[in-house]
Amino acid sequence: MAYEHQIDYDQRVIEIRGLYKSFGSLKVLQGVDLDVFKGENVVVLGRSGTGKSVLIKIIAGLLPPDAGTVDVLGRRVSELSEEALRALRLKLGFSFQNSALYDSMSIRENLEFPVIRNMPAMNKSSLNDLVKETLDAVGLLNKIDRMPSELSGGQRKRIGIARTLMLKPEIMLYDEPTAGLDPVTSVEINKLINEVQERYNTSAIIITHDLACAKTTGDRVVMLFEGKVAKEGSFQEVFASDDPEVQNFYNYNFIQ
Amino acid sequence: MDACFPRHRVLRFASILQQAGKFSIRISLANETTSKSGLGARWEELTLGLYDAVRFLGRLFRQAVSRPFDFQEIIRQCYEIGYRSLPLITLTGFVTGIVFTKQSRPSLVSFGATSWLPSLIAIAMIRALAPLVTALICAGKVGSNIGAELGSMKVTEQIDAMEVSGSRPFNFLIVTRVAASTLMIPVLAMYCAFVGLLGSFLNIYQNEKTSFVTFIADAFEQISFLDLGTSLTKAISFGFTIGAVACYKGFYASNGTQGVGKAANTAVVLSMFLIFMEELVIVQVSNWLR
Ligand SMILES: Nc1ncnc2c1ncn2[C@@H]1O[C@H](COP(=O)(O)OP(=O)(O)O)[C@@H](O)[C@H]1O
Ligand SMILES: [Mg+2]
Repeated sequence: MAYEHQIDYDQRVIEIRGLYKSFGSLKVLQGVDLDVFKGENVVVLGRSGTGKSVLIKIIAGLLPPDAGTVDVLGRRVSELSEEALRALRLKLGFSFQNSALYDSMSIRENLEFPVIRNMPAMNKSSLNDLVKETLDAVGLLNKIDRMPSELSGGQRKRIGIARTLMLKPEIMLYDEPTAGLDPVTSVEINKLINEVQERYNTSAIIITHDLACAKTTGDRVVMLFEGKVAKEGSFQEVFASDDPEVQNFYNYNFIQ
Repeated sequence: MDACFPRHRVLRFASILQQAGKFSIRISLANETTSKSGLGARWEELTLGLYDAVRFLGRLFRQAVSRPFDFQEIIRQCYEIGYRSLPLITLTGFVTGIVFTKQSRPSLVSFGATSWLPSLIAIAMIRALAPLVTALICAGKVGSNIGAELGSMKVTEQIDAMEVSGSRPFNFLIVTRVAASTLMIPVLAMYCAFVGLLGSFLNIYQNEKTSFVTFIADAFEQISFLDLGTSLTKAISFGFTIGAVACYKGFYASNGTQGVGKAANTAVVLSMFLIFMEELVIVQVSNWLR
């Protein structure tokens, strides 16, 4: 385990059963089962194109599943009305692979946007305090009036995470949080993911193919292979196996 | 006959024709094998596109009348769409007025009827040119702008990011832009007619020394409420078309950066096509009412 914290194994915040998804003739997910418990950081590993992003987009209701069920905080995502889905999404924080900052808005406006859209009644000064507090949590308070294009990749990633924290989510979904970042910045992002877990008491799915990230952030590692969960367990358990697919992954990350 | 068409030339011509014939048969045969899927795919694409478009319109109207209304963003978009198009509309409207006056004068001179110029120009400008010119200019400027902006927001997942934070991107991005464009194109068209008539007046004043009061009186003598109403109806539907088409193409853009260019491009082409179709229908209907 990455570090000591409370996991409630009686409470599933995400429960996925028999999830299938194809695009035309391209079969992407072929029967994925996955649970995330309250307070747990689950790392999903897999090669590019195995459908990791598709998996969390289905969880967030951005893509419909072909078959199978996805329950988030006890609600079946595919059966929710537009309004109920919107309410559920307020409890999800989604960190996109390319940060997806609103590039016509300043950092402050990026952070304010979800709050203004969802809680228009919040007064100006408490919103301002919340923005500052959240930027402080990701260590970028000094960038408050910059534009996204003026930031580095790692800073953009932090702002993307900060923006999702504005709504105090219960579940975080990170899509390749360290992809495209240098090792030092990656370590900082990994630390931030654990800090978010601690500070906001979230559960999380962390998608990655970076094993350092998996090792430092994951309480449990799930390996996707050919559209299914191929291996599952702690980092040590998964990589103790001499399965060639797993070993290739390990060698590439640590030995090369 | 023989002299003009020597035998060998005729033969060569025939053989060229024959070759061409064979070639075209070969092409059509080659097409035959693929055409089923090609044509079928086209057909499928078209029907799917129509289905999507109808669903988009349904959603647009549903969201447009549901709370919350983003007045602030609508005003910002009005500024973007309306105010920023002013220089272009000023130039084109003014030039259209002058050029149309200059080109109409010779035919009227031959009847000794140059005093008809003001009313002729007013009819042409208000009934037809102002809404059409404004709409075509804005289809190019506003349409490509919206298409590219929303398209790049789509491919960089900014729209998904709004979606998953419960921020109602459809209301914030689409409804506001369509509303602003529907409001602003009529205003711009009126302004275009005004600037066009101004250009025309300056030219007429220079040549026929008509006073401003006479010009205005002559110009509006022939204009009925039906003309104004028809013109306004056109401008409103052109504005809606430009906004809705560009938003649709941008919001559903795909395939990386290529999708952005395609969204901007098809937004312009499709809205221009629809503008001409609407022009045809509205003019027809207004002529029935006349
Ligand atoms: N909206 C979509 N339409 C069509 N194909 C898609 C779509 N989203 C993803 N795919 C395809 O699904 C596969 C898995 O994609 P993705 O989940 O992004 O992989 P990764 O595991 O690298 O995140 C890829 O082959 C991708 O091309
Ligand atoms: Mg991915």
